[in-house]
Amino acid sequence: MATLPAEPLKIIEGFGPHRSVASAMSLSTSAEPERLVKTHCCFCGQQCGLQLKVRDNQVIGFEPWEEFPFNRGMLCPKGVKRYLQGAHPDRLTTALRRDESSAFGFTPLGYGEAIARVAAEITRIQQSDGPSAFGVLSGASLTTEKTYLMGKFARVCLRTPYIDYNGRLCMVSAGAANKKAFGVDRTTNPWSDMVGSEVIWVAGSNVAECSPITTNYLWQAREQGAKIIVQDPRITPVARTCDLYLPVKPGRDAALFAAVLQVMIEHDWLDHHFIDTLTVGFDAVAEYCRQWTVARAADVTGVPERSIRQAAEWWGTAKTSFLFHARGIEHHSNGVQNALGTINLVLATGRIGKPKSGYGTITGQANGQGGREHGQKCDQLPGWRDISNPEHRRYIAGIWEIDEQHLPGPGVDAYELFRKIDAGEIKGLLSICFNPKVSLPDNGFITRALEKLEFYVAIDFFLNDSARHADIVLPGSLQEEDEGTVTQVEGRVIKINKAVDPPGEARQDWRIIQDIARALERPHGFTFESPREIFEELRRASKGGVADYSGITYEKLEQQMGVFWPCYSEDPESGRPIDHPGTPRLFEHGSFNPVARGKGPFYFADGRARFNVADYRPAVDDVSDEYPLFLTTGRVVSHFLSGTQTRRIGPLIDQYPEPRIEMHPRLAATLGIADGDWTIAETRRGAITLRAMVVNTIRPDTIFIPYHWPDAKSANRLTVAAQDPISKIPQYKVCGCRVHKASAAPDYAAILEAQQ
Amino acid sequence: MPKPEYLHFFIDPNRCIGCQACVQACTECDTHRGESMIHLEFIDRAHSVQTVPVVCMHCEQPTCAEVCPADAIKRSGDGVVQSARKPRCIACGNCVIACPFGVPEVYEDRQIMMKCDMCYDRTSVGKKPMCATVCPSQALFFGTREQIDQLRPMSRPVNRFQFGRQTISTRVFMMMPAEPLTTQPYLDVTSAMSEHPRQRSIALTVVSDPFAEVEL
Repeated sequence: MATLPAEPLKIIEGFGPHRSVASAMSLSTSAEPERLVKTHCCFCGQQCGLQLKVRDNQVIGFEPWEEFPFNRGMLCPKGVKRYLQGAHPDRLTTALRRDESSAFGFTPLGYGEAIARVAAEITRIQQSDGPSAFGVLSGASLTTEKTYLMGKFARVCLRTPYIDYNGRLCMVSAGAANKKAFGVDRTTNPWSDMVGSEVIWVAGSNVAECSPITTNYLWQAREQGAKIIVQDPRITPVARTCDLYLPVKPGRDAALFAAVLQVMIEHDWLDHHFIDTLTVGFDAVAEYCRQWTVARAADVTGVPERSIRQAAEWWGTAKTSFLFHARGIEHHSNGVQNALGTINLVLATGRIGKPKSGYGTITGQANGQGGREHGQKCDQLPGWRDISNPEHRRYIAGIWEIDEQHLPGPGVDAYELFRKIDAGEIKGLLSICFNPKVSLPDNGFITRALEKLEFYVAIDFFLNDSARHADIVLPGSLQEEDEGTVTQVEGRVIKINKAVDPPGEARQDWRIIQDIARALERPHGFTFESPREIFEELRRASKGGVADYSGITYEKLEQQMGVFWPCYSEDPESGRPIDHPGTPRLFEHGSFNPVARGKGPFYFADGRARFNVADYRPAVDDVSDEYPLFLTTGRVVSHFLSGTQTRRIGPLIDQYPEPRIEMHPRLAATLGIADGDWTIAETRRGAITLRAMVVNTIRPDTIFIPYHWPDAKSANRLTVAAQDPISKIPQYKVCGCRVHKASAAPDYAAILEAQQ
Repeated sequence: MPKPEYLHFFIDPNRCIGCQACVQACTECDTHRGESMIHLEFIDRAHSVQTVPVVCMHCEQPTCAEVCPADAIKRSGDGVVQSARKPRCIACGNCVIACPFGVPEVYEDRQIMMKCDMCYDRTSVGKKPMCATVCPSQALFFGTREQIDQLRPMSRPVNRFQFGRQTISTRVFMMMPAEPLTTQPYLDVTSAMSEHPRQRSIALTVVSDPFAEVEL
C-alpha cells in the first residue's frame, strides 16, 4: 500500500538483507549431527539430492547423498551453503504489520490477529468491489502440494479468477510450444540418455551457471564422442570448449533455426518416414523456411555462414541427438516461436522418444515443472487441465465438491495482473514465493502498481523487496521446514523431507493459507492436516489429466528415489488398477497415452506431433540509432532468482557480490571504459550505474547484466515489458540500450552493502 | 585407517566450469571451517572463462616437507602429505616458495601453513574428498584407475611433471588428452615459459578475440 513505510535504509537495517552468521552450533567442531535428513536442494530445477545435518532443531551443514541417481552427490555452491538461510538474523519469526511510526517501518503482530486482519481486508474489498478485485500471485519454488493448494484457494475460497505465478517469467514459452507441438509439456528423456548421443545442441542455456549438474552429463556425452553445439551471445563455460559455437545476436534465434532446417531440407537430411507417419504440418514449415537462405540468416543472426552450414550438417546427419533450450531463447516476445523452431528441427529428424535421442527445456526453478501443472496458472486446473474446458471444469469441480458454476473462468498473466492493479481493477493482493519488484521487467512500473494497492499481504520467510510494500507480512516456512513433493527437470517427482521446525510464530505455508480460509469462514476444502493429505487429493485431482500423478505415493517416491509422471493408478487402456512405475521416456514408439489412445505416441487425438511455422519476428525495442547496443540479462552461479535467499548467505555473496556490466574490450575502448570503471547503462525505461567488467567473452555489440539485485542495481529497471502474445513471457533477453562512462560513483556505493 | 590405495584423485582442468562448489564445500570442513584448502583461479578472465582448481598434488617426495626447517610436514604411509602440524610449524613460508604447484598458504593470523590433505578425515575412512564429491563437472574425480579409464576414453592420467631439472611424481593425477601422451609421458610445465618451447609440452592456443568478425 502506498509508498514504503520507512526509508529503504531503515527497512534494510531492520530486515536485511544482512549477511548470514554461522551459528555457534554450526561452528562448533565437536557438534556431531543428531541425524542426516535425505532431501533435495531448495534452489534450481536440477533438484540435487543431498543430506542435511540436523542438531537441536537447526540445520548445521550438509553431507553429500551419493545414491540419488540424478546428481550422485554432486552439488553447486548454492546447494552447499543453502543451510545458512536457517538461523538467520533476518528470519521472520512473527507476523508484521506496516507501521509508519516504527523506526524500521514494520511492527510485529500476533499471528492470530494478523490472520484476522487479512481476512477482514479480503472480505471488505470483495464485498465492495467483487471477488475479482482480489488477486493472488504464487510461485514455482513451492512444493506441488502448495502450488495445488494455491490454485484451489484462489478459485474455491477467494472465488477470484486472478491467480498467476512466477513461472510466467520462466517456463511458459517452453510450456506453450510443447503443448502446441506434442500436446504435453515435459522433457522427453532422462538426462542419463544423453550419454552416447552423437550431437547435443544447447540453445540459450548457460548450463554451467544455471544448471551446473547438467555439465557432467554433457562432458560424459562428449567422452563418448558427442559433438556439442552451443548457441549463446556469450562464451559461457560450456561454450568455451564446445565443438561449434553459434554467437547468435540477441533476439534472432528463430531465424537461425529456420535457416538450419532449410539447409537440411536442401540436403534431404530428414526422416521422411517419421515425418509422414507421426507428424502433421511439415509442408507449411518447409515453405516458410525457404526464405531463410544461409546468407540472409547470417546477416540477420550474426552467426557466420560456415557455422550455420556446419550446425545443419552435424544435426542433419546424426543418428542420435539431444536438443536442450532454456530462457536464452524463451525469454522473448517471440519466445514460443523460438521454442517451436527447435522442435521443428527435432521432429524433422525423428530423433525423439528413443534412447540417446531427446529434447527438452531445462526448467529453472525447484518446482518449475510441478508448479506449472496443477492449477496456479491463470488458465489451468490440476492435472494440466484447462480452466475453459467444460469437461475439465466438471471433473475438478467434482473433486473440490463445488458447483461448476462457481468455478471462475481464466484469469490473466502476472504482468497483466499488475496492469489491472494499476488500472484500479484489482485492489488487493496476496503473494507468496514471488518478488516482482526485482524479477519483473520495467520494475519502476511494478513499484508504482504496488503503491496503488489498497491492501497487500505477503507470505515469506524473509522480508523480500516487494514485501516492503505490504500491509501485513505472514511468516512462512523454508523448504527444510516442510514436507512434500517436487517435480524436477526430467519430470521426475521427488520427495522433499522435513528437517527442522519453523522458528517462533513462523509456520508451514499451507497452514497459513488454511488459517486465512477459516478466518474468511470459507474453510470447505481447506482442512488438510498434513501435506500427505493434500497430496492424496492431488492424486485424485490429477487423475485422468495429462499430468497424471494418481499412481504416485510418498512411499513409492522414497523406494524408487523418484517417479516420472505420468504414473497411473489405473491402466489407461484397460482401466484396471495397476502399480505403475512411472514413465521415464515419453513418446516411445508404440506407447499408449490417454489422449491418442493408441493412435500414436504424441498427445493428440491422431497421435501425431505438430510442426508449427516458427515465425521470426524482430524484438520489441530492438537496437536503434538512439540505443545501439543489445542489453541481455541473466544469472550467475552463486545467486538464485531475485536473491532473497542467496543475497543473505555470506559465502555466496562473496562469490559474486554485486552486478557488473559485462562488455567486450573493443566496445569498452570506444567508450573509454576500463575494467572496474563505474558505467551507466541506459534504456528507454531508465538507467543504472554499475562497475564494468571488460572481457572478450561476449559479443562486442552486446552487454550483459545479472538481475539478482534490487532497486538501483536492478537490471530489470532497464528491461522491456514486451510479452510473447501466446505465453506472455517477458522479453528479458534483449532490448536496445546505450552505455557511457559515469562521471562519479553512484550514491548507493557509499551507503549500501554489496548484497543490498 | 589409511586411505585405500586403490582410490586416487584425478584432476581435469579442462572440465572445470568455475562454479566454486569445491571451494564452498571445502570450507565446510570442521578442521578449517571457513577457509578453503582448494584454490580456484581464473587463468585470465579478460580473455577466457577458463578456471583451474589447485589441490595438493601429494608428491612422492614432497618438496614442501623437504624444505621445512621445523619438520612440520609429514607424509603418511598411504602417500597423503598432511598439512603442517602445530606446534612445529613456524610459518616461515619456505614451503609456500618451494612448492612447484603453488599449494601451501601461510595464515598469518594463526601463524601456520594450511594446505589440502585430501580430506584425510574422509579418505581415511574410505569416503571421497568433499571437493571431488560435489564437483558438478567432475573436473575433480576420486575413484579407481579402472573407473577413470572407463569413464574418460579421451584422456589419460599423468603423474610425472618436469620442473626445470626436477622430475616430480605425484599421487594426484592430471588428466591429459590421450593422443600426445603416447609419445610424451609427462607434462613439461615450465616449457610454456620459454620463447622456444622444448618438445615435450602441450601447445597452447589463445584466441585473442573470438568475436573478431563481429563489427561494432
